Amino acid sequence: MLKRTPLYESHSAIGAKIVDFAGWEMPVQYSGPIPEHMAVREAAGLFDVSHMGEVEIIGADALELVQRLTTNDVSKLADNQAQYSILTNEQGGVIDDLLVYRINAEYFLLVVNAANSGKDFAWIKQHAASLNVEAKDVSAAYALLALQGPRAELILQELSDHMLDHIPYYWSQKVKVDGVECRVSRTGYTGEDGFEIFCDPKDARHIWNRLLVVGHDKGLLPCGLAARNTTRLEAALRLWGNDMDETTTPMEAGLGWVVKLGKGDFTGRDALDRQKREGLTRKIVGFEMEDRAPARDGYPVIIDGAEVGKVSSGSPAPYLKKNIGLAYLPIEHTATGTRFQINIRGREVAARVVETPFYKRQRKFD
Amino acid sequence: MANTPEELSYTKDHEWVRVKGDSATIGITDHAQNQLGDVVYVELPKVGEKFESGEPFGSVESVKAVSEIYMPLGGEVTEMNAALADSPELVNEDPYGKGWMIELKIADSSEIDGLLSAAEYEDYLKEEASE
Repeated sequence: MLKRTPLYESHSAIGAKIVDFAGWEMPVQYSGPIPEHMAVREAAGLFDVSHMGEVEIIGADALELVQRLTTNDVSKLADNQAQYSILTNEQGGVIDDLLVYRINAEYFLLVVNAANSGKDFAWIKQHAASLNVEAKDVSAAYALLALQGPRAELILQELSDHMLDHIPYYWSQKVKVDGVECRVSRTGYTGEDGFEIFCDPKDARHIWNRLLVVGHDKGLLPCGLAARNTTRLEAALRLWGNDMDETTTPMEAGLGWVVKLGKGDFTGRDALDRQKREGLTRKIVGFEMEDRAPARDGYPVIIDGAEVGKVSSGSPAPYLKKNIGLAYLPIEHTATGTRFQINIRGREVAARVVETPFYKRQRKFD
Repeated sequence: MANTPEELSYTKDHEWVRVKGDSATIGITDHAQNQLGDVVYVELPKVGEKFESGEPFGSVESVKAVSEIYMPLGGEVTEMNAALADSPELVNEDPYGKGWMIELKIADSSEIDGLLSAAEYEDYLKEEASE
């Protein structure tokens, strides 16, 4: 039985195309991937991401538990601050990537991928057993909307008295949105400025509709999973299951910047420390096709006639108007400018390693 | 409602065929381009390549997906629409005109009888939609 978010009827009502995604019936597109993608880059887009999982960690050892389970340094967070992090297994493999929100020293909120939420929660619970802390799967208690794009703040501000420009990048606040209590976080998965809005499921439809109304004359479009994927890929944000999983480490996935080996012990630390000392044998790279044909997820990567890996994510990039992707390559082939081949349905097509992110916005904060 | 010109023939894979003597022009239908969304890339065979009917001869890609295009009739490719390399959007804008894909020298004209008429194709679309 597929799950539905509290916004399912709203999506159907405006003609969304619905697909099965990680056990959820989710909107893949409304007006189309290209207009939706462009709206996010040039105006704003509104995504229903209520399928994401949420786990609350509450108790005296809350910080201790999150510190032990994740690679980033949770002790650096102040109340209401958030960080991107990784749940690693003993081998240093990526169980999931997540956002860690510190609400206060004894209360953390973890936001995890829908496809992994059951697995993550079991893992977290197992490690919580020996500590003075309670882990609760609160996924059903939250709807989550992502309002993304250069006009996101302008649009959300119309529905709030809170000075939103006082919420810095990767901080959150309790904010009333059109009179409804929400947690508003300056985060997202598109490479743009924007907000993620946590609310009670019963309020989701009201907030969704009000945002679409006040955003209409500012170019706001409802956006589906297709635009979510292409915007994140242009920003070279990793997707669990494509660009990393339990068999790849954060360093191989290019996420070494969230691995803080010096912070004290955490699950997978020894394996990651060893890999850092010994050096990587493979690494994810960004690539651009030198031909017009797009590379797609799973297409074989060929070097000197031999298959050496697969495209982990590949797609046309609507804003950049190029065909881009991420792929794992043997370390000796990962230098920027290195050429390799991708097998596109039987035909070998040239690609070139490029710097990531492919797309970088002009940032207001930094 | 999709546009289905009366004078063309169709397949259940949503290709259209314009038969003229022993040659046929082939493209994808208005319904097909509508389902695909904005076309960003079209892969076509080279002139001189030969295909059996039902064989994939190329693909049409949107941002989200790759769809193969199948030969409505067997034969040899005599022309391909080179304009689609620079302007794949022609497939969306004018599927039965500037968005044509290949021209074919028909190998076996008896295969023409197996194609659908415009009315039959429209019925097929209705059936598909009600499933």
